[in-house]
Amino acid sequence: MTFLLTEDQEMLRDTAMAFARDELPVTHLRDLRDSGANGKDAATRQKLAELGFFGVIVPEEPGGETFGLVGLGQILEAQGRTLAATPLLQTALIAASALQMGGSPAQQAEWLPKIAAGEVTFALALDEAAHFSPLSIATEAETNGQGYTINGEKRFVPDGHHADMLIVVARTFGEPGDRHGLSLFLVPANAKGVSVQELETVDSHGAAHITLTDVVVKGDALLGAADQGADILEPLLDRAAIGQAAEMLGSAQAAFDMTLEYLNNRKQFGQLIGSFQSLQHRAAKMFTELEMTRSCVAAALAAADSGKSDVAELASLAKARASELAHLVSNECVQMHGGIGMTDVADPGLYMKRARVQEAMYGSASWHRDRYARLNGY
Amino acid sequence: MADTVVDELETFRAETREWLEANCPPSMRTPMKDDEIVWGGTREKFKNPEAKVWLERMAERGWTAPQWPKKYGGGGLTARQDRVLQEEMRRIRARAPLFSFGLWMFGPALLEFGNEEQKLRFLPDIVHGRTRWCQGYSEPGAGSDLAGLQTRCEDKGDHYLINGQKVWTSYADKADWIFCLVRTDTSVKHEGISFILFDMTSPGVEARPILLISGESPFCETFFTDVKVPKDQLVGEVNGGWKIAKRLLQFERSSISAAGFGGTGGSGILSPEDYAKQTIGTDEEGRILDGDLRARIADHKMYAKAFSLTVARQTEQAKAGQAVSHTASILKYGAAKMNQDRWELTIEALGSEGLGWAGDGFDKGGLKCTRQWLRSKGNSIEGGTSEINLNVISKRVLGLKDHQ
Repeated sequence: MTFLLTEDQEMLRDTAMAFARDELPVTHLRDLRDSGANGKDAATRQKLAELGFFGVIVPEEPGGETFGLVGLGQILEAQGRTLAATPLLQTALIAASALQMGGSPAQQAEWLPKIAAGEVTFALALDEAAHFSPLSIATEAETNGQGYTINGEKRFVPDGHHADMLIVVARTFGEPGDRHGLSLFLVPANAKGVSVQELETVDSHGAAHITLTDVVVKGDALLGAADQGADILEPLLDRAAIGQAAEMLGSAQAAFDMTLEYLNNRKQFGQLIGSFQSLQHRAAKMFTELEMTRSCVAAALAAADSGKSDVAELASLAKARASELAHLVSNECVQMHGGIGMTDVADPGLYMKRARVQEAMYGSASWHRDRYARLNGY
Repeated sequence: MADTVVDELETFRAETREWLEANCPPSMRTPMKDDEIVWGGTREKFKNPEAKVWLERMAERGWTAPQWPKKYGGGGLTARQDRVLQEEMRRIRARAPLFSFGLWMFGPALLEFGNEEQKLRFLPDIVHGRTRWCQGYSEPGAGSDLAGLQTRCEDKGDHYLINGQKVWTSYADKADWIFCLVRTDTSVKHEGISFILFDMTSPGVEARPILLISGESPFCETFFTDVKVPKDQLVGEVNGGWKIAKRLLQFERSSISAAGFGGTGGSGILSPEDYAKQTIGTDEEGRILDGDLRARIADHKMYAKAFSLTVARQTEQAKAGQAVSHTASILKYGAAKMNQDRWELTIEALGSEGLGWAGDGFDKGGLKCTRQWLRSKGNSIEGGTSEINLNVISKRVLGLKDHQ
């Protein structure tokens, strides 16, 4: 079965949906924004830890069963519905996956239980410019006898303004653009030489520029083999893109539901505006796109769990289509709400702002279209 | 699944595999050729003699209609066994033995709404490909507004008398029988429609092929002048035909969307990306040199992939008993867009080679593409226009209200 959830995953989904609805409604993001928290939310982090959401893909015993990425995808979809700012994508998905794929037994034993318990959060410090381009890494890590010295600038790091730990992608060999020569490092965010410039982003989730100046780490900070970081990074970014697509599916679904409700309530010319055919057809097209994207996200999540060879292709499919969906639905949500959609007090604008950030993360639609074509030999 | 069920299924698989190996003729394991498709009926000529053998052998076991009950000539298979059969047929690349509106549309509707006598009379001939059926739905004045149909059906005591005209009747000139929507009450709209069956050789029936922009004539105008029809050939109740008509449309839309409008388009045809690689060329990394066309092809291929994943998802959900209502309209809409985009991109990639009409000066595959491109324009019209499908989605699925 590719598309159906197990009973356990179904229960997890229900729990996550109820939690997002009751504890993390859109008003919660609004409150965080208006109080200047910029996406930092210790109370929510604590609740997520209590629910066990940080450990969804971490087995209790090594090799044990988990809810899988399919399970985590349900939680991300749920938090996407209400635009919640949580550390789950960076920590529960990206960091846990990176450690599982590339971590030594000692690294896994040290970090995975802490991740699962919500005791530590991570951020992947990857991008160095305004566009996703995972091989264009100029940040350098030089061996210094006992370990490495890292110098470079990471920009627009999601969760970089509040994570406890960073996974820094640096170059130990070659030139920016080379696939060979990348290495991944576990770096405490409070290490000497790490400076964090907090960013206020349009979606109110926040982010950070992170400058690394002569940051010294020991040899055991290296995650995976030196110079071979791309072997971990590429499948890791596929998983990140799939997780991001799951979150976007939730956001798009919620924006669509909100739009549909408005169409069924707002009257003009003595008619429900939802009775106008021009709006009906646009709603129907959005629904078709939603359903088709849902299939892509579900297939990508399942492929990631079963370790199929087409994960990369499905990751690009899911992220590209989710990006286009989020773009379309968030724009239509504003437009169909008319003047109210332009106001800060209404939610459509929040969905549109968040959509643009989601679209850019881990590869835009055009980035993934290009990759999809390359993977298919044209 | 219980172990015994699994065992039984595996036994069935082994037997099926053995039978197919022994009975599927060699040429029936090669890709279908356009002119070797078997539609059955009294006019079927079987260009490839092995196609006849293959149909007879499959029909003998009821495997042209695997899930229909045995007493009507079907295979009596469970859904799981049918799946195994399809998998085993795919494994040896066996061709479908029979293409048939009877199998895809009329048969399923008759199983649901026909009486026992009608089922015993009509279904076995469909299974064996002895009778070819056509669909009398659209009329000159009733296209998207199908229920506005005017073909009259009068009760003359011991028979019905039919007068009127149908249009877009697929292959009416090649069909033996027609399942037809007729008006039995002119004072009401939907509640005045009946579903009736008759022989296309009946006096007063005339089918005239319509020449399309593609140069082909798959559809006809069909005229009925004082056609006498025995009373036992009306299905369901008098004035109760609309319910059957709608159900049959669901079967039609599912069969169209499942097939994705005609599959490969025939032998000797390449994908848009392969044509583009040939005609435009690639860079040192194998990328099509026209970056704009390349992106649009990739976008289309992703749409097609998303479409097939959606078909798979709905199949899985349906098997698990989850609600998938009204998804037929989503798929019909998507299938039309997908196929039209595909052929537009194909002829664009072919360049001038895709703009030939006939003759030896053009690539043979390219000529087929040109015709397929033209033919595909009907995909968003036939079987419910895309606009009607969007109406159905917005009203029945999304619950948007009618204009007051």
